[in-house]
Amino acid sequence: MGIRVLKAGMLTTVQDLGRNGYQSQGFSVAGVMDVRSFKIANLLLDNPENEAVLEFTLIGPTLQFTSDTIIAITGGDFQPTVNGEPAPMYTALYMKRGDILKFGSARTGSRGYIAFSSYLDIPVVMGSRCTNLKSKIGGYKGRKLKDEDYIGFRIKRRYLPYFLSRKLDLDEFDEEEVTLRVVMGPQDDMFTKQGIHTLLSETYTVTSDFDRMGCRLEGPFIASKNGSDIISDGIAFGSIQVPAHGKPIVLLADRQTTGGYAKIATVASVDIPKLVQRKTDHKIRFQAITVEEAQKLYLEEEEQYVAMRSQIHTPCKEVLDCRLVAKRISKLFA
Amino acid sequence: MQDTKILTAGDSSVLIQFGNTIDPEINYRISATVQMMREQHIVGVTDIIPAFCSLLINYDPRVITFAEIKERMEGILKMEIKAGAKRKKVYEIPVCYGGEYGPDIQNIADHAGLSVEEVIDIHTSRDYLIYMLGFLPGFTYLGGLDERIHTPRLANPRIKIAAGSVGIGGSQTGIYPMDSPGGWQLMGLTPVKTYDPEREIPILVEAGDYIRFVRIDEDEFKRIKELVDRGEYQCVVHEGEV
Repeated sequence: MGIRVLKAGMLTTVQDLGRNGYQSQGFSVAGVMDVRSFKIANLLLDNPENEAVLEFTLIGPTLQFTSDTIIAITGGDFQPTVNGEPAPMYTALYMKRGDILKFGSARTGSRGYIAFSSYLDIPVVMGSRCTNLKSKIGGYKGRKLKDEDYIGFRIKRRYLPYFLSRKLDLDEFDEEEVTLRVVMGPQDDMFTKQGIHTLLSETYTVTSDFDRMGCRLEGPFIASKNGSDIISDGIAFGSIQVPAHGKPIVLLADRQTTGGYAKIATVASVDIPKLVQRKTDHKIRFQAITVEEAQKLYLEEEEQYVAMRSQIHTPCKEVLDCRLVAKRISKLFA
Repeated sequence: MQDTKILTAGDSSVLIQFGNTIDPEINYRISATVQMMREQHIVGVTDIIPAFCSLLINYDPRVITFAEIKERMEGILKMEIKAGAKRKKVYEIPVCYGGEYGPDIQNIADHAGLSVEEVIDIHTSRDYLIYMLGFLPGFTYLGGLDERIHTPRLANPRIKIAAGSVGIGGSQTGIYPMDSPGGWQLMGLTPVKTYDPEREIPILVEAGDYIRFVRIDEDEFKRIKELVDRGEYQCVVHEGEV
C-alpha cells in the first residue's frame, strides 16, 4: 500500500509547509517552494492544508502504485502519463494498483507537486514531514528520493464526494518574463536612491545558480551607501539580499535562518510561486507595493482557495443532467 | 527603546532592530523580549529568530496584520524589563582537549605563543554568552573569547568535522552540533550531543544562555559518552539571575 519510485527524477522530495518554530535553534524552515500549487493539490483531495506532498524539479519521477488511491498533480507541466496515456492535471485522478505514473521534463514551470488522498507514511519530525536536505532530517530518510525507494500510505483509499467535479483551471507557467511585487525593507535604507531605482526599473535574469536555497539574479549593479554587510539577522521567505557584488539573491525555502547581507526588499508571498517556477535565463522585474497591499493580496488569494473549495464541492453538470433525467423517468412511473 | 526600530520584512515577517552593535546588554534585551512575547502569547506568531541585535518575527497575515503586530510589539518594547526577566543559565560542556580529540591545539598554542596547558586554562576560564543560534541546527555564536587565543581559520578547511568538536575560528569559539565541513582549528571534543534530532528537546541551549567548557580526561570522556549513548547523561546547569 504505497508508491514505488521507479525513477526518482532530478530532485524529488517530501515537503509540506515547512518546519516552523525551530529557526531560533538554527533549523531552516524548508517546505514547498510553490505554496500555491501545493495548496491546490491538497485542496483537490480535501486533504488537510499542511498534508505532505512530493515536490519534483525540472525532471519528474516515475512512480508505481502498489494500491488504489486518488492523487492530484499541480504546478509546472511535466507532461504526466498514466500507463503511457496523458494524464490530466489540476484534477482528482484515480490510480489503480500497478498503475505507472510517469513525468517527463518541465515543459512549463520548473516544479511540480503530487498530493495523495491516502497520505504519505512519513514520520513527523519536530512538527513537520518536510525534508531538510542540509540537516538531513524529515521527509524520506532526510534526503531526496532515489530509484527503488518505497513510501507507504498512512490510510487506505478514501471516498471523495463530488469526484467528477474535482477539476480546476490550470495555472499558467509559460511566461518567460514576470513582475514580482515586493515590500521594501528591512534594510532598504542601506542602499542609495539610485540603487533602489535600479532594482525597481531594470530587468534581471535568472541564473543557473537557482536551487531550493535561493535564486541568484544577474543584472545591473545595485548601489549601496556604505557596503552591504550587516550584523547577521533573521531571513524571511522571499528576502532579497544584495551582497557587495550588487546583484540580488532571492532567498527561498531552504534558506539559512540568518545571514549577514543587507536585504533591500522581500517578495510578496503571493508572487513567490511566480519566481520559483521560472527557469534559467527567464526575466524578472520588481515592483514596490506597501505591506498593506501585500497582505490584501494574501487574503484575496485565500478567498480564491475558498472559492475553489466550493467549486469542487458542487455537483457537476454531468451529474445534474443525470439527476434531472432520473427525476423525469421516476415521474413516468409515479 | 529609543533606538529600537520595527521594520517590514515582507507580508509575513517583521524585523525588530535593537541598535547596531554586538553587545551583551542588547542581546539580553532581545532574550527578555522573547521571554515577554512568550508570556503575552501573540496569536498568529509562527516563528521567532533572535540574532545578535535583532529579532525577526514570522506571522500569519490571515490571523494578525502588520499594523496589529506592530502595535503589540510596541507595547512589549515599552514594558520595563524586570530584573531576572530572563534567568541566567550556564551549561557545563565537558571537553577532552588535545591529542586525537583536538588535533589543532598545538597550532592554537603556537599562534598564541603559549603552552597547550595555558590555552586550555584560558579557554575554560570564562562563561561564553550565546548571542544566537544559526548556520546549522544548534550552532552557537558565542561571544567573549579571550583575545590571546584568537586563531585564524585553517587555510584548507576540513571536509568533515565530527559532531561535538570544539574549536576556534578567528575570534569565535564554538561546538560543531553535527558532522559538517569546516575550517575551524579543533582543540577538543565533547561527548555531549548539543543537537540530537531523536531527543525530545533536540537542542540543549538557546540564545541568551551561557556555555562553560570544563576539562575532562579520556577516561571521563568515555564514561560520559556511554551515558550519552544510553540517553542517561544530563548536562550540569547552573541557574540564577543575570
